[in-house]
Amino acid sequence: MAKWLASLGRIGLFQWRVLRATDLRRGQLGDIARQLYTVGARSLPIVAVGGLFVGLVISLQGYRALETIGAGSALGTAIGIPLYRELGPVLAAILFCGRAGSSMAAELGLMRATDQITALSMMAIDPIGKVVAPRWLAAFISVPLLTAVFCAFAILGGYLQAVWALGIDAGFFWSSLQNSVDLAEDFGQCFVKAGFFGVATALVSTYVGYHAEPTIEGTSIATTRSVVHGSLMVLFLDFLLTATLY
Amino acid sequence: MNFKLELTVGAFIVMGFACALVLAFASTNSADRLGFGGGTYEVVARFSNTGELKPRAPVKIAGVKVGEVSELTLDPDRFEAVAKLRISHEAGELPADTSAGIFTSGLLGERYIGLMPGGDPQALADGDEIVLTQSAVVLEQLIGKYLFGGAEGGAGSNP
Repeated sequence: MAKWLASLGRIGLFQWRVLRATDLRRGQLGDIARQLYTVGARSLPIVAVGGLFVGLVISLQGYRALETIGAGSALGTAIGIPLYRELGPVLAAILFCGRAGSSMAAELGLMRATDQITALSMMAIDPIGKVVAPRWLAAFISVPLLTAVFCAFAILGGYLQAVWALGIDAGFFWSSLQNSVDLAEDFGQCFVKAGFFGVATALVSTYVGYHAEPTIEGTSIATTRSVVHGSLMVLFLDFLLTATLY
Repeated sequence: MNFKLELTVGAFIVMGFACALVLAFASTNSADRLGFGGGTYEVVARFSNTGELKPRAPVKIAGVKVGEVSELTLDPDRFEAVAKLRISHEAGELPADTSAGIFTSGLLGERYIGLMPGGDPQALADGDEIVLTQSAVVLEQLIGKYLFGGAEGGAGSNP
């Protein structure tokens, strides 16, 4: 118990140091832009394709269920509500964990293993401000943006499946979406969750990477941990947020 | 190289925001939330029973949505439900003797308020009250009345 509390405290302190070290004036913007490119922009393909297929699949399965009660035209509802409330933010964050969180952790772990982090502090450069904070911020900014892209492609996939393959009228599709999805309750929930997941994935992957054992094995453990713990964290937080906020 | 990187990052950020914006307009009820075109005005209607009417339920004339229920409160003196209806000016001027009723879309669908315009030359203005109202039909009460009405009368004397 005490050990568990101590590790929670370490994570909290680490987060505090990252926030303290965030200072956009001292050339950090360039670092953040570079990280936004590697972490965010390069995750776009997998997130877009993932979203497209999720949309195609919920459309098919939702139609299968709705058709038994003759309500196939309400398919927009069956896609919109679960997508915005759960699937969009959760799956985008988990895909982000696998695609970008792992690479951040591996990079930081390798920097630790090859003593680059020690070298930075020898040169009186705060390693947290130089290597951790830009990655943390880039991940925090990227997750909500990627969630939006994921949802857009999922709706597109659902639309294509519903209108082209299942033969549902496009007007029914959009009107059932607009009638059932509430701007604040459902759409807003999507981005509140994405914000929390951004913090969680950013924190987990930078923390495990920065604190990796300085060996080759340590780096590989850190990479695995960033994906496993990051995804579990996202799922756990999702339950917590759904249970408390909505 | 540096310019290309910045360009990609910029495109990424713009794409994210554009996706969120398009989704908000195309797939949510943002049009209702952000108000109707041409401005709105509010009228009040009193009902003895609103059924499962909820705030933000649609207000329709001839099946076309012209507004929504903005507020639903209880009048503590008369124990009547007071519904404030926000109606778009685009619906034209409603006669002062317009009546309001609470209906259900479909057998199990959501409740909405239907307005039936009358023939009064005077128009409803902001803050006016719709006097002619018809309460919601509660299915359980109807069934209950039918069942117990039949039991009270005994066999052979059904009302």
